[in-house]
Formats: sequence, C-alpha cells, structure tokens
Amino acid sequence: MTKSTSAEQFGSSRVKRGLAEMLKGGVIMDVVTAAQARIAEDAGAVAVMALERVPADIRSQGGVARMSDPDLIDSIIAEVNIPVMAKARIGHFVEAQILEVLGVDYIDESEVLSPADYMNHIDKWNFTIPFVCGATNLGEALRRINEGAAMIRSKGEAGTGDVSEATKHIRTINGEIKRLTSLSRDELYVAAKELQAPYELVVEIASTGKLPVVLFTAGGVATPADAAMMMQLGADGVFVGSGIFKSGNPEQRAAAIVKAVTFYDDAKVIADVSRGLGEAMVGINVSDIPAPHLLSTRGW
Amino acid sequence: MTILSMRTRPAETAVPAGLRVGVLALQGDFREHAHVLRELGAHVDAIRRPEELDRIDGLVIPGGESSVMDKLARTFGLAAPLKAAIRGGLPVYGTCAGLIMLADTIIDGMNGQQSLGGLDIVVRRNAFGSQTASFETDLDIAVLGQQPVHAVFIRAPVVETIGARATALATLKDGRCVAVEQGNLLGTSFHPEITGEYRFHQYFLQKVMSAAR
Repeated sequence: MTKSTSAEQFGSSRVKRGLAEMLKGGVIMDVVTAAQARIAEDAGAVAVMALERVPADIRSQGGVARMSDPDLIDSIIAEVNIPVMAKARIGHFVEAQILEVLGVDYIDESEVLSPADYMNHIDKWNFTIPFVCGATNLGEALRRINEGAAMIRSKGEAGTGDVSEATKHIRTINGEIKRLTSLSRDELYVAAKELQAPYELVVEIASTGKLPVVLFTAGGVATPADAAMMMQLGADGVFVGSGIFKSGNPEQRAAAIVKAVTFYDDAKVIADVSRGLGEAMVGINVSDIPAPHLLSTRGW
Repeated sequence: MTILSMRTRPAETAVPAGLRVGVLALQGDFREHAHVLRELGAHVDAIRRPEELDRIDGLVIPGGESSVMDKLARTFGLAAPLKAAIRGGLPVYGTCAGLIMLADTIIDGMNGQQSLGGLDIVVRRNAFGSQTASFETDLDIAVLGQQPVHAVFIRAPVVETIGARATALATLKDGRCVAVEQGNLLGTSFHPEITGEYRFHQYFLQKVMSAAR
C-alpha cells in the first residue's frame, strides 16, 4: 500500500458531471422549509431543491421570484445529509456566487425564477460548484453545456401538475439526438447551424448518441405514473416541484414516486404504489395559461 | 468532452461463459458499472428483486445515494437475502455508496440508516463536505500494478477505522484510507467506473472467478 502521488483537482468537469451521474435513477424534490426537507429525505429523495416558493405558488402569487434567503438554505443544509440544490435566476451570477459560498451542492440556473439577464446565461465555467440548467430542445441543452452546465433537465411547465410539456421536451431532446446520429458527417455543419449549437458538441452527440451530461426531466410531474413515464421516455431521473408538497399526503406521495422511478418499467409496482395517495395537486392545464405566463419559454 | 470517451481499451480478461455478475440497480450509476463489466467479457444482470440474486456469481453495488439504496433494498425485500449472500461468501464490490453499504459501521448516516455489512470497517459518509470539496487525484495502488489509479471522489466516504479482518489498499496523502478488501469483498471511496479505469473491475472479476470455481 502506498500513498497518493499527485495534487487534488477540484471543480473539474468530471467531478461536476460525476455528481449528477450518482443522482441517476433518483428523485429530486422541491422543498421550502427544513421540515419539508426532512420529509423528502425520509421518503428517499436523492437530493432536495431549496427554494422560497414552489413554482405553483410563484405562479399564483406573481411578482419577481429570486434566490432564497441564505438563512433558509442554511437551515435546509443543516437538516439533511443528501445533496442540497438551490435556484439562481437566469444570468444572475452573483446569486450563484452566494450559493457557492453557502455550500450547496448544485445550482439550478432556473427559468422558474424571474430572469436577471434576458441576453446571457451565467458563465458556469467560472465556478467550482456544478450547475444544472433547463432545456426544451437539443439546441438549448447544448448551448447550456457549452456555457458549462454539468447536468440538463428538460423544462416542462413548472407549477402546473400538467405533464404534457415535460413529455414534449424529453421527446424533443431525445428525438433530435436520434436524428443527429442518422446524419452523415458532412450534414453536421448545417445541423449545428440549425440547432444554434457548437459544432464540436454536435459532432460528439452524433457519434455517442447521448448528451455528454446527465438528463433529468422536470415540470408538471405529479404522480408515480408521470415519473415512471418520464423514465420510460429516457430520462435519467426526475425533479418533482410542486407535485409533492401541494398534494394531500406529501410523505406517502414522495415515497411512491421514488419507488416508481426505480421500478419505472414494472407496471405492477407502479400500480401498487399509486394506491390511496389521496389528492394530487390541483393542476392547471398548460393550454389554459396565457403565453406571457409560460415559464418554459424563459431561457434562450 | 464526454466522460466515456476517456476510456481506454481493457486488457483481455478471460471470463468464462456462464459467469454472471449482478449490478445493484436500485439507484445510482449502475449503467457505468455494467458497461465496464461487459467490456471485460462478463454477463451482467441488473438486480432489483430478491429472486434475481439467485442467479449471480458476484455483485457490484454502484455509486449513488446510500440512504436511498438502503431504503429501497429494505422496502423491496433485498436487504436480508443480500446480507445472507455476503455472509455466504458472495464476492461484492462497492464504490462510494456501495462501500458504505458494505461497511459494518456507518458514521454520519441518516436517521436509521442501515448497511448490509461484511467489511470490518467504520466508514464516514460524505467525509469531505459539500460538492465543492469533491476532487480527482492519482493514487498508487500496489495490488493493481505500477501505473497510478486516477480516482474521482464525489461527496465521498472515507474508511475511518480498519478492523483486523480488513486490509487497506490505498490511502490519500493525509493517510486516510479510501480502498479496502476483505476476502471476497472489495470497496473504494472513489469511482473507477467513470474514469475508464478497468483494473479494479478486473481485480474483482478474479475474485468472482475464484469463488465460482
């Protein structure tokens, strides 16, 4: 037995992307208090997302939605042992600097909060802490990865309990990846132009058939069946926002969604865990939301 | 840019046909382990149900969230047969969360967190702190040969105390132990499955082949 020979390297892509790899097959739950974080961890969440208001409340209350109070984030970090994520506004690199100093494990540069910059996203290469970003299509995902995102989540339409947008986005991203793999090399230049994505990343995806980072799905997941459907559509894991703590029985629903993600291809298990969960969150149909109030169109 | 593209082709390992290695697939990076084992010639089964344990000659417990694996293993009736299989000599390799699952004692676990046990060690969960303290480094590991092992530590555990029956295989510069073996059991704080490092899995397959003979 001998000792370590070289210096440690912190904040490399491999270390940042690696944490997302370890979250795969898991459920990341939105929480707004330490007590909710405790319920989430006890139910088997693989990480919690600390925020001040769940998307359903942001949607109903309106106003500018910002990063959470550091005291709230501290209290959630103190409460749980699993990784803690927190949201910064799109382009708000100072909120991200604060979250890094607070010692959260992952930053979500999120369209659920009000954007701070309508031109630029955060330059995520400048940070040791990893970032997850939302995407509605492959081009958007690759632009975020090019800016340093170490994990992607399909956006869906947060705070609705309507899973249709999540379905559309995960199908779109995976469909566009499949299309790239069918193109010949000389067609990838135009593909990169059409996707508005870096050519090198387009070439890489055409050859590997997958994103170079983990792809979760989010936005409107409210039931074990919703979560399992996202997994069957090719998601590596699931974010559940308002769907748990806006439902009648958060403890039981959270545990049920965790089980449904592990046994996503076993309808018998999903049927069993879906029994007697009480009321699901009251949903809003995405088609009833006027365009200016859609969150998934934020980010570019 | 991809992690997978860093893989190097492994040396040939003569894995006999019919040898089956399970990868615990409740949560975590089980696909990466399955990929490495298949590249080395093993037949790989994803394990989520108790009855699936009967068919395998060895098991890998992947990286992930140990508390989630523990809950799911107990809820779905895997924990008890897994403990029995480990006591019965089943070769098992655990990385990160898998190392925690194999430790006899856990420090800084969740309320009520249980391990499967088997390794005579005390392991400290998430010993380095938050993700910004995660790192990669090179380790010299004598049993794997001259070339250093490139090791990625992600919110990693360390082996705090090594009991008489377990042996340390690697330590950090500060002396903390990050790889152990004990008979048919092998555990690392780090993740060879995401760096293209095949030697740990080869070393483990040797244990599986010896035990199956």
